[in-house]
Amino acid sequence: MAVRKNQAHLTATEKRRLVDALLQLKRNGKYDAFVTTHNAFIMSDTDTGDRVGHRSPSFLPWHRRFLIEFEQALQSVDPSVTVPYWDWTVDRTPSSSLWAADFLGGTGRSRDGQVMDGPFAQSAGGWPLNVRVDGRTYLRRALGAGVAQLPTRAEVDSVLAMTTYDMAPWNSASDGFRNHLEGWRGVNLHNRVHVWVGGQMGTGASPNDPVFWMHHAFVDKLWSQWQAMHPGSPYLPTAGTRDVVDLHDTMRPWNNVTPADLLDHTRYYTYDTAA
Amino acid sequence: MSRPSRPSRPTRRQAIGVTAGTLAGLALAGTAHASTSPAKTGHEGHGAPEAFDEVFQGRRIQGVPGAGHMHHGGGYAVRIDGQELHVMQNADGTWISVVNHYEPFATPRAVARAAVVELQGAALVPLA
Repeated sequence: MAVRKNQAHLTATEKRRLVDALLQLKRNGKYDAFVTTHNAFIMSDTDTGDRVGHRSPSFLPWHRRFLIEFEQALQSVDPSVTVPYWDWTVDRTPSSSLWAADFLGGTGRSRDGQVMDGPFAQSAGGWPLNVRVDGRTYLRRALGAGVAQLPTRAEVDSVLAMTTYDMAPWNSASDGFRNHLEGWRGVNLHNRVHVWVGGQMGTGASPNDPVFWMHHAFVDKLWSQWQAMHPGSPYLPTAGTRDVVDLHDTMRPWNNVTPADLLDHTRYYTYDTAA
Repeated sequence: MSRPSRPSRPTRRQAIGVTAGTLAGLALAGTAHASTSPAKTGHEGHGAPEAFDEVFQGRRIQGVPGAGHMHHGGGYAVRIDGQELHVMQNADGTWISVVNHYEPFATPRAVARAAVVELQGAALVPLA
C-alpha cells in the first residue's frame, strides 16, 4: 500500500528516487501522455456542457483517479516511489525546500520565466516540453508573481467547514465544498495555487510542471479531511444529472471507474498523517 | 488579482510576430461588422461580447463573435497574431484562456491581453 508523504519530510534519497522516476517517465513518453490527457479535459470541460475533470463535482474523484494512474506509472519505474503532497499553507514561500535545486528547482528568471536550476531546468537536458500551448520548450515559473499569497490554513479551514459537497448548477458557479476548494468561488484555494506558481502551471498543460502532482495530492488530502469532518455528507449529485458525473456514472477517459469507487482513498493509498 | 507590470516595449521577437500576424489577420477583415453588436454583461448569459482588434505590447489581438473553435463549443474566437487562443466563458460571464486557465478575466479582450503578457513574445501552438 502506497503511503503519500508531505514533500517537506522526504529524505534526500526519497527526493532523488522521485526525481529519477519522473525523468524516466519523461524519457519513455509516458509523462507527456498525462499532460495531453489533462489539457484535453481542461479545454473540453465547460460550464454549460459535458464536464468531467474540472468545474464539476467529479473534479475531485477525476483527479484522484488521474493521480493514482500517475503514481502507478512512477511505480512501474521505481516501486518505492509515491506522490508526495505539498501543503502550501505551510510551505508558502519560494525559499521552501520544495523549490531547492535538489528537488524541483526554483522560480524562473525574470527575462523569460525560464527555470534555471534543478533537474527540470532546460539546461539539465531531461525535461523537454513537448505538449504545450505555445512555442516555448522550457519549464517556466513565476512564483508569487500572478498572485502574491498562497492560501492560508484559516482559508482552508473555512472551506473544510462547508457541509455540502456540491450544489446545482454543478459547475464553476456552484456553492458548496467542491467549488470553493477548486477555487472558482470564494477564497479560492486550488486555482490560486496554479496562478501563484505561474509558468506552465497557469495553463491547460499544467502537468508539465512536476509540482502539479504534489499540488493535487494535497487537494486530494483536503477532500479526505473534509470527508472525515463530515461523515454524513455524501458525494453529490447521486443520479440523473445532465452533463455531470453522478455518483455511479463512469468517468472518461477510463470508463470503468465511478466516483463511488473513489470515495475511500484507503483502498489505494494512505497518508503519513491522519487525513 | 493584480499581475506584475511588465515592460510594454515590444521585443524583436514580438515585432516579427506582428509582421506575420498582420497577414493572417487580414482573413478576419470581413467580420468587422460584428463590432456594432452590443456588449453584454456576464449575467445576461452567453451572448457574445463585441469584437475587438488592436495591437497590445507589440502583438495583434482580435476578438470575433461567432467564430469560436467548434470542437470546444466556443462561440467567440480570440486570435493573437492570427493564431487562435482557446478561450472559454465561465457561468458568471468571466473568461479564461488555455494560457491563463485558472484565473478569470472580465472580457475576452482582457484575457487576450493577459495571454500576451504571459507569452512574452512566444507564438501560440495551433489548437488540436
